[in-house]
Amino acid sequence: MDNIVVEALIRALSVGTPLLLACLGAIINERGGVVNLGVEGMMAVGALAAFAVASSSPDANLWLAVGASMLAGAALAALHAVATVTLRANQFVSGLALALIGTGAAGLLGKKFEGLPLFNKVNDWNLGGFIINPFTVAALLLAVVMAFYLNSTRSGLTLRSVGENPAAADVLGVNVGAVRIWAVLAGGSLSGLAGAFLALSYRASWADNMTGGLGWIAVALVIFVGWRPLRAVLGALFFGFLYYLQFRLQGNSPVPTEVFNAMPFVLVLVVLALAGLRGQQGDAPAGLGRPYVRGER
Amino acid sequence: MGVTHPQQTSSPPALELRGITKRFPGVVANDSVDLTVAAGEVLALLGENGAGKSTLISILYGLYQPDEGTVQLGGQTVRIGSPAEARKLGIGLVPQHPLLVSRHSVAENLALGGGSGLFPARGVAGRVRELSEKYGLEVDPTARVSDLSPGEKQRVEIIRALLGGARVLILDEPTSVLTPQEASGLFRVMRELKADGRSLIFISHKLDEVLDVADRVTVLRRGKVVGGVPTAGATRESLAELMVGRGVDFTRKRGAAPASREVLLDVQGLSANGSRGLPALRGVGFTLGRGEVLGVAGIAGNGQSELVEVLAGLHPARGTVTLDGQPLTGGAAERFQGGVAHIPEDRIHSGTVPSMTVADNLALRGYDRSPLARGLARDLKATDERARQDVEQYSVAPPGIHTHSRLLSGGNIQKLILARELHGNPRLILAVHPTYGLDIGATDQVHRVLLERTQEGAGVLLVSEDLDELLSLSDRIGVMVGGELRGPFPVSEVTRESLGLLMGGAHPHSVPGADQGVVA
Repeated sequence: MDNIVVEALIRALSVGTPLLLACLGAIINERGGVVNLGVEGMMAVGALAAFAVASSSPDANLWLAVGASMLAGAALAALHAVATVTLRANQFVSGLALALIGTGAAGLLGKKFEGLPLFNKVNDWNLGGFIINPFTVAALLLAVVMAFYLNSTRSGLTLRSVGENPAAADVLGVNVGAVRIWAVLAGGSLSGLAGAFLALSYRASWADNMTGGLGWIAVALVIFVGWRPLRAVLGALFFGFLYYLQFRLQGNSPVPTEVFNAMPFVLVLVVLALAGLRGQQGDAPAGLGRPYVRGER
Repeated sequence: MGVTHPQQTSSPPALELRGITKRFPGVVANDSVDLTVAAGEVLALLGENGAGKSTLISILYGLYQPDEGTVQLGGQTVRIGSPAEARKLGIGLVPQHPLLVSRHSVAENLALGGGSGLFPARGVAGRVRELSEKYGLEVDPTARVSDLSPGEKQRVEIIRALLGGARVLILDEPTSVLTPQEASGLFRVMRELKADGRSLIFISHKLDEVLDVADRVTVLRRGKVVGGVPTAGATRESLAELMVGRGVDFTRKRGAAPASREVLLDVQGLSANGSRGLPALRGVGFTLGRGEVLGVAGIAGNGQSELVEVLAGLHPARGTVTLDGQPLTGGAAERFQGGVAHIPEDRIHSGTVPSMTVADNLALRGYDRSPLARGLARDLKATDERARQDVEQYSVAPPGIHTHSRLLSGGNIQKLILARELHGNPRLILAVHPTYGLDIGATDQVHRVLLERTQEGAGVLLVSEDLDELLSLSDRIGVMVGGELRGPFPVSEVTRESLGLLMGGAHPHSVPGADQGVVA
């Protein structure tokens, strides 16, 4: 019995890690007032960049691979930042475009990496008998740091204010555009990092469409956890557990696998509907999704 | 901060504007405006809507750059490039609509743009308490801004300006959101700040307040300074004349009410919950006669909005409501067809669709029926034709009927709403803050239109925060307190003071002149 519980927890943590990283990324840009639906795309380019560096030579530096994933995610996010903050394009449309560009570009550029070996992967740590992945540790720490950053630092307060009421921040001399651009880039780099976990550790390989919709779930997770980093830990665990359940049920069942594959997305709808019933949309930053134009009423 | 500078007659004024000119396409918003404020002085800036006050403030606060002219602070010529620079130079603005993050605490709002790197809100809280005590600016630094009253939000804005080291403080129509009692609290604070050697620029439409709190008045008309007078010796009439350039009648706009009227609207035992599920109306009952104006006073949030929304068919309620003896039921559109007009509180967002044209906004009621529609298709020609007539009749001044209504000034938006709502001769007119923020000319016109309708037998339910307006127009006045209606009382039996006390929750029997509750 204990074994099942422990295994479930370990698996939930494992799938939950990329969800948590991507969700934290989305939280940071959404608290700054910018929605980025392109998480799936940024994860894909992050995964590819990490794999490309890590598989380049037998003694490739894994830190370099991780750095490359974050840079790739941020680079894709930069498109979104320019489009939505500088040019004030519609954030939802730009984000959707980003998801398509990211997954498409990663698929195309990644063709030559398919089936290649990874010389060394990021291995789990054994912390006094408890096996845990370094990415998981990093994601958990990041959640705590981000909660502190948002609630207890001046920079976090500025970010939140820009997301809630950019006009109020603007008259006090806050550069709204710069804050939002940095928030979008930070969000993109965390999505990229989520991709690195998949490529360097979880799958330890490259395959087209290896993100498999995790990015979309992360986008929904942000609403489910009410834009709060610490709650994101629980939310990511919960969805990680659902994934684990899906694997378990899939093994000995006459139901086609496609049905199980669709399950997380159906659950996203159910969970969002529940969040809506509880009025959780009200937790959204008040300026979310709206480009800031000085002096508009 | 906190150091009082002795006033010296030889020292330069705290703020001096010379020859400020600002042009926008088609208008000269400020035409070589000169203005000075001394340390320890309250200057009132008077003018109708569109006289150039907002532009002048925007220049002072760094939102616009003047095309010509100079701004001097303490004798030094300065260039104010942004609000942040204005704050650094010691110019603070208390805006008409508070610019605060509602979800954040007071301290968090005040720490924005300043504060320490870690735990920014903590450091600010102490200084807030200091300022609170020194100037009587009561506010709890840990409270969430969304829980504050308009008066408290305003105090937060004042504290923010003071934290920024403001020597010159601009207050933009600060009393428009306050009760008379809150307003006198604000005036006490203003006197404290003045005694501390700060300079205040006070913008208001309310002449009594200007006479009460200001030392000098500068009057703007069509972008030019048309007069500057000390308040000592000035009267409401003399100031109003300076403002609009003609004498304005301040007497009551209505004659005495007839002894009895035919009942038009009968409301009994009306109860409703507000948007947060808490009771907003508790057994409200009254009658409104044909041709009568029933005023409803009250501090915002005591059920006035809900009362009007219930009657307009926008909010569910229990109780009985009859209009001309017939039960009043159905949704808002149905009630409008049945003769209920609604001039809503938020004229920009509930009253109009800002991104639609003037003509389409005017067609919002009745666009789907003859004469504005033929079968399933709208008749755009007829719509435009009617819009031209309305614009003409109500002297709405848009550049054209096909411009977006968001480009209209507040007064013109209100005229547009009046034109639309009064089509088809409504029997009942629900008017909420119909002249809020309008200049004297537009206010006059709105009042005239409403009173004309009562001549034709319509009943008007007039909800307003402007007691002068209520006293000048109403036959009877009721006061909403905590979801209950006190009164209504015949207008001859109430005064500004008694209404103010009732609004504050005093019992009718303890208020002189308001003890004869029920009127047939």
